[in-house]
Amino acid sequence: MNKNNSIFESRAQGNLKKRHRVSKIWRSSFFLSTTIGIFSLVILLFSIINQAFGYVIVENNVDPASLSSMPLQSLEREELISILQENVSKNRFKTIQRDNPVEELKRSELVGLVTSEIIKPTTLKSYFLIPSLTNKAEIIRTQQDEFPNAVVQFRSWISPSFLTDPLSTNPDTTGIRTALLGSLWIIVVTVIIAFPIGIGAAIYLEEYSSNNWLSRIIKTNIDNLAGIPSIVYGLLGLAIFVRGLNLITSGAFIGIDQSNGRTILSAALTMSLLILPLIIINAQEAIRAVPSSLRQASYGLGATRLQTIWYHVLPAAMPGILTGTILAVSRAIGETAPLILVGASSFINKDPSGLFSNFTVLPIQIYNWTTRPQAEFRNVAAASILVLLIVLLTLNTAAILLRNHFSKNKAA
Amino acid sequence: MQIAQNPLVNKLRKKPRIGENLIQAVLLICGIISVLTTIGIVFELGKESLLFFTMPGVTLKGFLTGTSWQPAIGEFGILPLLTSTLITTFFAMLIALPLGLGAAIFLSEYASPKARKTLKPALEVLAGIPTVVYGYFALTVMTPFLRLLFGSDTVQIYNMLSAGLVMGIMILPLVSSMSEDALHAVPRSLREAAFGLGATRFETAVKVVVPAALSGIIAAFIIGISRAVGETMIVAIAAGSGSAFTFNPLNAAETMTGYIARISGGDVAYDTPEYNSIFAIGMFLFLITLALNLVSRRIAARFREVYE
Repeated sequence: MNKNNSIFESRAQGNLKKRHRVSKIWRSSFFLSTTIGIFSLVILLFSIINQAFGYVIVENNVDPASLSSMPLQSLEREELISILQENVSKNRFKTIQRDNPVEELKRSELVGLVTSEIIKPTTLKSYFLIPSLTNKAEIIRTQQDEFPNAVVQFRSWISPSFLTDPLSTNPDTTGIRTALLGSLWIIVVTVIIAFPIGIGAAIYLEEYSSNNWLSRIIKTNIDNLAGIPSIVYGLLGLAIFVRGLNLITSGAFIGIDQSNGRTILSAALTMSLLILPLIIINAQEAIRAVPSSLRQASYGLGATRLQTIWYHVLPAAMPGILTGTILAVSRAIGETAPLILVGASSFINKDPSGLFSNFTVLPIQIYNWTTRPQAEFRNVAAASILVLLIVLLTLNTAAILLRNHFSKNKAA
Repeated sequence: MQIAQNPLVNKLRKKPRIGENLIQAVLLICGIISVLTTIGIVFELGKESLLFFTMPGVTLKGFLTGTSWQPAIGEFGILPLLTSTLITTFFAMLIALPLGLGAAIFLSEYASPKARKTLKPALEVLAGIPTVVYGYFALTVMTPFLRLLFGSDTVQIYNMLSAGLVMGIMILPLVSSMSEDALHAVPRSLREAAFGLGATRFETAVKVVVPAALSGIIAAFIIGISRAVGETMIVAIAAGSGSAFTFNPLNAAETMTGYIARISGGDVAYDTPEYNSIFAIGMFLFLITLALNLVSRRIAARFREVYE
């Protein structure tokens, strides 16, 4: 009896050990899957930073020292203009004058013009950040052996002038102002369209609709819309806004001479349809979270339904609605596929000036630059990605701060 | 009788409020816009697809069974585009399912509240990164890595494996957060009962909690598949352009979404076979993802275990 018991016990013990071992192994594998996700995030960010900075071997067409004894940045506007006049051909200067008259340009723009017209720096070879830090001697040797006329510089591909210069086909001089403005235009117009409609629909669904067939259809439909691939919205935008409503979206109905409907208005309308389900679902949740005692109190004091919603429900739900809207907007900022269909131009160096301008946006530029074979465009793409991620990070932080701020206020 | 003559009664009677009714109607229209969007999608995709299928040389049978997609010479068989979509989706799910579920189990069953508070938002950051950035990552990091691993002779510069794997990383947070919600909804009492019977943490998680949350987890998986099928930018950048009927994931082959993006990226003229074909493919894509989403919702609703 005693012997049996001990056998049983030792067996149970052995079994238990094994079970604990299995448990431990799986625990670490579950932990591993979590860290793999986070690890890929780190690798992704690291690879982008790695490609956005580094040494470049640059050759100048004209030595800046031969133009002026002082650095270009410290010269006056008149001096810069005279340098420009002396060093470019007469015809070229006329062309420049026609595109943007030099007398009206700011000094920094003149410096840029002198650089791109006369000095014409060309990047012959670019290096990533890691080899730049670890292997500088090798880079300098390559420059001396292969490109004796060039110089080695450390370049941050993301810089103030990168943000403020217009797009160009040269990776050395291109900026992203055109694309940033395009993104800004589209986001603003999208919010103006989608925000009121989204809140309106959410109010209707939460406050007015009884559980009838119409509201059930609307609810199911919104859930399904949220799962449709964004490229299908692009097809819709192409067929309806760009082509079908061509007369309106091109601005022809108010006499704007545009040959096509591939405009900011079309893009914003498409984007609005895309983020509308997100805004509605988030706003519904925010409105649902408003305690019904608030409504009862308002009704009890004789307020009408609309007064109750306007003065009590909406203000209480607003932080939640805004947070949801910011998240929807950050989705829209990074969205690329539908805008390809709606016709974001890959190359355009004129700033968008209104609803009926052709446009390009930051993600489209990243896409174009990534698919180019030249290595320098990869650097430019990495720098643009950094800008895009910083914008998104700022927006998301704003959303979180907003949520925390209001939830604290409520508690107090 | 007396009351009726009191002027106050008339004042207190419910008045017709035209303004309020008007606003209610406007709000209803806001809601209906979403229904109109769906109708618009179905109508426009259907109309253009119909034009596509009535073109000479195009048949529904040839579209669904043909193994060559060459619009230039009038060959419209969707199989090459479909197989590459399925292959990239397969590799994406190969990454996203096990890792997503593993991460969900860790976060819900093992992690301390403090660890959960830092790990969960970090995963959510992954979900917020635009897909074009993932495409860049696939082309400039994952592909060179794969070529280093398998040799640059066997791995093409554009290949489905790289796109699929990176897509898996993109979908991971979606699967993990939906699965974690499902696991989290399983009541504590079930876990405590299992612990009380002497089960280890792992046994509790796998034999009690996961089965109880299975409907939610499967729903998450299906949504993940639907997301992978519709994903555009990663495959457009990294999987290659030009259709190819191949089952080798190390080769380049264009997916359905990649084709739509490439054709519409160039200035395509209206009413050409190419123009109409992107709508036919879009319709196909729409039906696949809609079916997946509906199945997912049905599973989540029907097999949900209800606890008091």
